[in-house]
Amino acid sequence: MSGATSTQAVARPAPFEVERVRREFPILAQRVHGKPLAYLDSAATSQKPQSVVDAMSRYYLHDNANVHRGVYQLAERATAAYEGARERVARYLGAADPREIVFVRGTTEAVNLVAQAFGRQNVGPGDEVLITGMEHHSNIVPWYMLAQEKGARLVVAPLDDRGVLEVDELERRIGPRTRLVAVTHVSNTLGTVNPVRRIVEAAHAHGVPVLLDGAQAVPHFRVDVREMGCDFYAFSGHKLFGPTGIGVLYGKAALLDAMPPWQGGGDMILSVTFERVLYNRIPYKLEAGTPDIAGAVGLGAAVDWLQRLDWAGAQAHERDLLAYATARLSEIPGLRIIGTAPDKVSVISFVLEGVHPHDIGTILDREGVAVRVGHHCTQPLMQRFGVPATARASLAFYNTREEIDALATGLGRVREVFR
Amino acid sequence: MSELQDLYQEVILDHGRNPRNFRRIEKPTAEAEGLNPLCGDHYHVYLRLDGDRIADVSFEGAGCAISKASASLMTSTLKGKTVAEAKETFERFQRMVVEGDRAQAQSLGKLAVLKGVCDFPTRVKCASLVWHTLQSALKGEEKPVSTE
Repeated sequence: MSGATSTQAVARPAPFEVERVRREFPILAQRVHGKPLAYLDSAATSQKPQSVVDAMSRYYLHDNANVHRGVYQLAERATAAYEGARERVARYLGAADPREIVFVRGTTEAVNLVAQAFGRQNVGPGDEVLITGMEHHSNIVPWYMLAQEKGARLVVAPLDDRGVLEVDELERRIGPRTRLVAVTHVSNTLGTVNPVRRIVEAAHAHGVPVLLDGAQAVPHFRVDVREMGCDFYAFSGHKLFGPTGIGVLYGKAALLDAMPPWQGGGDMILSVTFERVLYNRIPYKLEAGTPDIAGAVGLGAAVDWLQRLDWAGAQAHERDLLAYATARLSEIPGLRIIGTAPDKVSVISFVLEGVHPHDIGTILDREGVAVRVGHHCTQPLMQRFGVPATARASLAFYNTREEIDALATGLGRVREVFR
Repeated sequence: MSELQDLYQEVILDHGRNPRNFRRIEKPTAEAEGLNPLCGDHYHVYLRLDGDRIADVSFEGAGCAISKASASLMTSTLKGKTVAEAKETFERFQRMVVEGDRAQAQSLGKLAVLKGVCDFPTRVKCASLVWHTLQSALKGEEKPVSTE
C-alpha cells in the first residue's frame, strides 16, 4: 500500500475499506441473540486481529521457553521474540531506546509501578501529586494510596461542563510541592483528548515530571513519546488490539535508572547473597519474575498490524462514525450526551431520562448491541456530572454506520419498554 | 424478545417508577447499606422490629429498574412477617432468581414477577442486592454489603 502511494503520487489514496479491515477481526462476524453483533465497547477492551491470535498461538506451539536464562535454542527464540516485541513497541512509540519500555500487566500496573518506585522515593509529607477530575480509578487510587502512606496531598484540576480540562486551572495548581503531574491523555468516559504537550511544557517549566495515561489514546491515534515530551507513558495491550495481561510503561531512561525496584524476584537481579543484592539494569530491574512472554509476542504482532494500518483513513472513518453517532443519538428524546469536548475520540457516554443505564445495557444486548454501562471506573467524574452511571458506546476503526443504526434502533426499543 | 418482556413486566416497571416503602424509617431497629460497585446501584434498607416480627421495612437509594422493583416488592412482601419467615422467603427468592427454580414462584406471591431475572445472569445481582442488604441489617452488620 505504501508502494502504491509513493509511486502514483497523483492517484488518490484508496478509501478506508472498513469491510476489509473487519475481515481481519473474525469475532465481529457473529450473531448475538439472533442479531448481528454490534461491538461498541472497544474502550473496555478492543477486539484482536487474526494476526495477533496467530502470533501467540505460533509462539506457544513452536517457541515456548522461559526468557533470558536458557542456553538452548527454544530459549533463544523465546528471548528473541520477547525482546523483539520490546524493540517494536519502542519504535512504535518513538522511544529513544528499547530499555525505556517496561513490560507490565497493563496500565493499572504501570501507574502502580510509578507510584511505588518513583513515588515512594520522591513524594514526602506535604508534597503534592496533581491529577485531573477525569481520571480513571487506576490513575487516582495508586496516588491516593501513596498520599495516605506519605502524608502527601492529591490535588485535582477541574473540568468544564463539556468535559474539557481547565488547563489554566491545572497550570495554576503546579507549585513548589508538586512532585508529579499524572494526567490521562484521553478520557475513557468522555472521550476528551487532553492538550498533553501544553501540560508537559507547563510541568517541566517547574521541573515536575509528567505521567500520561495513554490507555484510551493509543487505540485512536499514533503517539510519539518524544514529541509529547512526557516522562512516563502507560497503556494496556488489550486496548491496542493486542492481548490482555500485557501492558507498557514507557519511562525516560534516566528516570527509570534512578528509580528503586518495586518488586523483587528473579530476572531483576545481577547477583544475590543474603547480605547484598545487586539489581539488574533497566528495564529488567523493573520486571521481576517470568513475564507474560506470549502477551508481549501478541502485543508485538498488534503493533506490526497497526504499522500497516492506513491511519489517516482509519481516523477519518472514526471521525465520520463519531459525527454520525452523535447526530443519531441527539435525535432521541430524553437522551443527553455526557462529554461534548470539541477535541474528542469516538467515545460517547449518555444518559436517557427515566431509564437507568443498566436497563439500557440489557435491552441493547438483546438487539445484539454491546455497550458498557456503569461508572466506567470514574466515580468522581460521575459525581462531577451529577449522574450515578452512564451508558457508553465506544468505537474503533472497525465499527460501521450500520452498527450505529442498530444502537439507535435499540435505544428506540428501550424507550418502548420504558414508555 | 419474550424473555425481555418477561423481565420488564408492567408490574416491575411500575414498582421501578413508583417504588413502595421508598422512605427512611426514623430510629430504625437496624439498617444496612448495599452497593453494586459494578453499576453504581446504592441502597439503604431500614428495619423496625417488634419482637421477632418486622413491623416496618423500607429503603432509599438509586439503581436500575430491576433493583428498585425488587426492593419495593421485598419491602411490601416482608412487612408483618417474622424474621424466620423473611429468611425463608429470601432463600426461596434466591432459588428462583439465582438457580432458575421457577417452581418457587408459586409460593412467592407478588415476588413471582421477578422470575424472569434468572434468564439474565448479569442482572441477578440487581435483583438480589437489597435482599442481601436486608440480611445484613438483620445480622446487625456494619460494613456495607457488596455484590462483588
